[in-house]
Amino acid sequence: MNKNIGNNLLYFLIPLFGILIFKYFSSKPSVDQISIDYNSIQNIENNLTNVAFQKVNFNFDVKPILSDKCYTCHGPDEKARKANLRLDIEGGFYSALEDNPNHFVIDQNSPNESEILKRINSQNSNYVMPPPESNLKLTNKEKLILKKWVLQGGKWEPHWSYTKPKLPELPEIYIENWAYNEIDFFIANKLESKGMSPSKIEEKEILIRRAYFDLIGLPPSLEEIDNFISDSSDNAYESIIDDLLESKSYGERMASIWMDLSRYGDSHGYQDDQERIMWPWRDWVIHAYNSNMPYYKFITWQMAGDMLPNATKEQILASGFNRNHKITQEGGVVPEEYRVEYVADRTVTSAKIMMGLTVECARCHTHKYDPISHDEFFSFYSFFNNVDEDGLIGYGDTAPKPNLTINANDIKNDLPFVNLPDSINDVTLMVMKETENLRNTYVLNRGSYDSPTRLVKPSTPEIILKFDEQKYSSNRIGLSKWFFDKDNPLTSRVTVNRLWQQFFGIGIVATPGDFGSQGNKPFNPELLDWLAYTFQNKDNWDTKKFIKRIVMSSTYKQSSKVKKENRLMDSDNTYLANYPRQKLSAEMIRDNALSTSGMLVQKIGGPSVKPMQPPNLWNEVTGGGGGSLAFYVQDSGDNLYRRSLYTFWKRTVPPPSMMIFDAPTRDFCAPVRQKTSTPLQSLALMNDPQYQLAAENLSESIFNEKISIDEKIIKLYRTVTGRTPIENELIKLKEYLNEVKNLNTIDDQKAFNSLTVLVYNLDETTQKS
Amino acid sequence: MEEIHKHFLNNNRRNFLKKAGLGIGGLALGSMLDPFGADNNIDPFSSLKNDLNLPHFAPKAKRIIYLFQSGGPSQLDLFDYKPKLNQLRGSELPKSVRDGQRLTGMTSGQNNFPLVGSNYNFKQYGESRAWVSELMPYVGKIADELCFVKSMHTEAINHDPAITFFQTGSQQPGRPSMGSWMSYGLGSLNNNMPSFVVLLSNGTGRPKGQPLYSRLWGNGFLSSLHQGVQFRSAKDPVLYLKNPDGVTAQERRKMLDYLAELNHQQEASFGDPEISSRIAQYEMAYRMQTSVPETMDISDEPDHILQMYGPDAQKPGTYAANCIQARRLIEKDVRFVQLYHMGWDQHENLPNQIKGQSSDVDQPTAALIMDLKQRGLLEDTLVVWGGEFGRTNYCQGALSETNYGRDHHPRSFTVFMAGAGIKPGFSYGETDDLGYNIVKDPVHVHDLQATILNQFGVDHTKMIYKHQGRRFRLTDVSGNVIKDLLT
Repeated sequence: MNKNIGNNLLYFLIPLFGILIFKYFSSKPSVDQISIDYNSIQNIENNLTNVAFQKVNFNFDVKPILSDKCYTCHGPDEKARKANLRLDIEGGFYSALEDNPNHFVIDQNSPNESEILKRINSQNSNYVMPPPESNLKLTNKEKLILKKWVLQGGKWEPHWSYTKPKLPELPEIYIENWAYNEIDFFIANKLESKGMSPSKIEEKEILIRRAYFDLIGLPPSLEEIDNFISDSSDNAYESIIDDLLESKSYGERMASIWMDLSRYGDSHGYQDDQERIMWPWRDWVIHAYNSNMPYYKFITWQMAGDMLPNATKEQILASGFNRNHKITQEGGVVPEEYRVEYVADRTVTSAKIMMGLTVECARCHTHKYDPISHDEFFSFYSFFNNVDEDGLIGYGDTAPKPNLTINANDIKNDLPFVNLPDSINDVTLMVMKETENLRNTYVLNRGSYDSPTRLVKPSTPEIILKFDEQKYSSNRIGLSKWFFDKDNPLTSRVTVNRLWQQFFGIGIVATPGDFGSQGNKPFNPELLDWLAYTFQNKDNWDTKKFIKRIVMSSTYKQSSKVKKENRLMDSDNTYLANYPRQKLSAEMIRDNALSTSGMLVQKIGGPSVKPMQPPNLWNEVTGGGGGSLAFYVQDSGDNLYRRSLYTFWKRTVPPPSMMIFDAPTRDFCAPVRQKTSTPLQSLALMNDPQYQLAAENLSESIFNEKISIDEKIIKLYRTVTGRTPIENELIKLKEYLNEVKNLNTIDDQKAFNSLTVLVYNLDETTQKS
Repeated sequence: MEEIHKHFLNNNRRNFLKKAGLGIGGLALGSMLDPFGADNNIDPFSSLKNDLNLPHFAPKAKRIIYLFQSGGPSQLDLFDYKPKLNQLRGSELPKSVRDGQRLTGMTSGQNNFPLVGSNYNFKQYGESRAWVSELMPYVGKIADELCFVKSMHTEAINHDPAITFFQTGSQQPGRPSMGSWMSYGLGSLNNNMPSFVVLLSNGTGRPKGQPLYSRLWGNGFLSSLHQGVQFRSAKDPVLYLKNPDGVTAQERRKMLDYLAELNHQQEASFGDPEISSRIAQYEMAYRMQTSVPETMDISDEPDHILQMYGPDAQKPGTYAANCIQARRLIEKDVRFVQLYHMGWDQHENLPNQIKGQSSDVDQPTAALIMDLKQRGLLEDTLVVWGGEFGRTNYCQGALSETNYGRDHHPRSFTVFMAGAGIKPGFSYGETDDLGYNIVKDPVHVHDLQATILNQFGVDHTKMIYKHQGRRFRLTDVSGNVIKDLLT
């Protein structure tokens, strides 16, 4: 019927000779050749008829139902468990019921007699599961899936993300001349199995803008667009990608994402919310990305840089990652209460970033859904519990201990990436350092600082990978090694998923912070595993190499125009039949205005800056202890026009230009941002003086050029959106120009400025197509 | 083949409904209101399209004004009359009464804890014979409209966690505030204003006291459509609301028309269904440019109304001015108006500080309630007055003949409510003779939240949002509706 393309030769050739086009598949699919793979449809509420003739998959179809509707009482948490029955482990299903030894959850001899089926279908409110008081209900579809599963043998499987990714074979695909690398085989195969097909390669001017924003967070200049369009060589696109990956702006783009994850802020975050200094750590992150530090090193230094043998200042600086949590200055608190919060924050942040698990649930009790016990939470917590720190810090303390001072000499010799202003000689920031006498860690009853119970030792959740004390030291170095153990099933998956999300808006697993029972399932598990395996074992955690793989794929390069026939089948574009159009991030929206108007000041690093923001936002809510942050003192000169990742982050009153466009508060680790449209966004784009200024700047420079009005409009449109307007659009824009001129009896230049504001407000301007 | 075809059809229909429910419908439920609603004639109590099936039962309240008294007002100087404390002034708080209560770091070092009654006189008002201090004469006069809960208690003893707890049901930041929950669950009642509006004022009691944090009116993990929108007394009442100088409303209208047309062309070309919702947000923004300043402009308020709210009524940014704004917003069918009045954190020099602070709020609060009543709005508008915790019955710092201070006290304090099916002229709960512990009918913060939601026809255990695999609700895992408070 068609050729098996999983052969090794191709497999090698693809990455090596990237421009190779596949011509191996000549047979066209006919509809009856397409097998519909309903099992992996992510959202299981599709329709009832599918299930009747499908093989039910435990992990993808059954487990989500059990987890969501049953685990609250029959899950890992022994304290909440009812009837001593658990449905999160294999044994629970097949052994006799405690109060009724002749009955089994799943009766393997007579499946129709299985207790689970009787219970879920019962009309008796005392007998039915889930019980009415739980406010949980099974849909008919869910009941049908459970029935199907039981009748098909009721086979249990371990949770998908806790088993190590294996290298899947490349699947076969029908489409010709489309696939560029392995990613495309997995994507096209899944699409074809659902009766869809991928899209053709995007038009050049749209593609280049997409790649620029994704890789460096800035738009391409007109000249760069024109060069790309006129470059007809085979490697035109690849050479742009290579340039972008080498650009210093790449590190800034990557850092802005890492700052969300590491809850970076320039203030302490609680109560009076005074200033803190952590920006040298942010400069290090930019530097680490730009020098393409392998991911394992990038993480190890942040987790344990201070503990490495003969730790360098750079390594110690990197460990500041674990001090980015909030710290309180509120006089009345019990210091230990807050110290516990800080340790818990490190625990949760590290778990979320490295394991994609919601371990915070296990702080008060054993996790309700995932196999993480209360004790395991505190075992993990104990890695972070030895910091020589204070729970309550004093006013004016910008870098409470433990800290690191970097002076001009250090910078000159070892840390050239730290952008120390000329006006100061040194800078002190928070870093990690263990106390001389390590603390005992106890399980805290209900997670409360004043309720210590059992003593625990440093360890990790066993279900993921046993923490072998022979192999790893019981400290943050050992933990880092455990993260990067070749048998750790989560680190690579979670990481590649987040990188995928950076380019496609949504991860292969749509819940980047939850790979557990309640998280989403990967829409393309084979692709996720292929990427994870490759990043870990072939690329050796080389981030740039991995990113290049993504942006070189046809999947990434395909058109963002939605094909009608695909939309019928996959309205959310889960399977990526086209490139998913996305809103630019808060940083990109502002940086686009600064860059296209020629106002952007490209300077890397240094203390955070205070660009324009509406007056009095800080002092309106400041009490008596705001200190240097009581009033917002706007910067002047270059600092008004720096890239948005440098905008000063006061956590209790974060910058409105960022918050309005869905930036997180930085109170805690945020692996994903919301994507909303609100009237406040429209108001900001229309009226924020920053955008007004950008429009004035750009319109003035274009208006004064000695070119025709049509050329001016086209230039304006292209500069801001990256695309040449079509005839119809040009007509409309000209029409507006005339109408607004007559309406206000203003001169040509003012009208052109009004047009520029309009163009900055176009949907296309704030979207990445 | 037939099965496959059916699947596509079903899927298509389902997704259409899903879009209607979560895309457009999601907007309809947003704090920023329904951009499509202008001619929809929405009945927010019957036609909401989300999975919550709200309201769960017939609501008494449509709107709420929450008069948050930030810093922790002293219940012992305002509403919880304890003559015994005056008799025992200066004597030590018995250990048995304190019963292991944790102290804040501000008094935990004190060697003694001398009891102190109020310097202010109390008297009984109205038919309900409610005790109110002379600091609140206007509130006293409307006591028969009010329902006092004297047995409030909370879990937190410091400001940041306590106020976060009151607003979000959790001491640690990150959850949606009550107004966001309501916007999410019940949606908007109008189509040209946000449904959750925030007003701030700084008290004269202790002008440089406790700060506020914008996360208190944040949407947490809910869509940012549900965030509280701060209305400020500044030139721009809502951030970036005002057109730049020289840009006329006609020019804006023209721009929006062209913008819509060009964006629709984009929609046709990209097939991105979100474009039309973004166009709608521009229209909503435009409507707000008119509706917000209109609402904020009090020049049409007659003198007798302004006088009712007291001498500060025309000073923008004061509590009094914000009370008038609150009423105007309610008249515009804003669902949740959240005021914050700062300055109640009176650790020392309390008698002096609380005098000014009380006079900030006394007359305007009473005026607001009576103004709502005379307009028939109190029937379905709930008014809540209270802070994040109470204050201690013992003195913080040195006790003198005339002066004292009070520390934070989570174990008992007073809030009062009015309107929307809450029993008027009623007092609930009791503290002991020393005003330290609750002896009858305790009301936890989650109970109060559950009761407030109940008035909106919401079963607090059922208004949930699933985030990171867990079902969250405002009242976390506890809370009981206090039925005795209801008419």
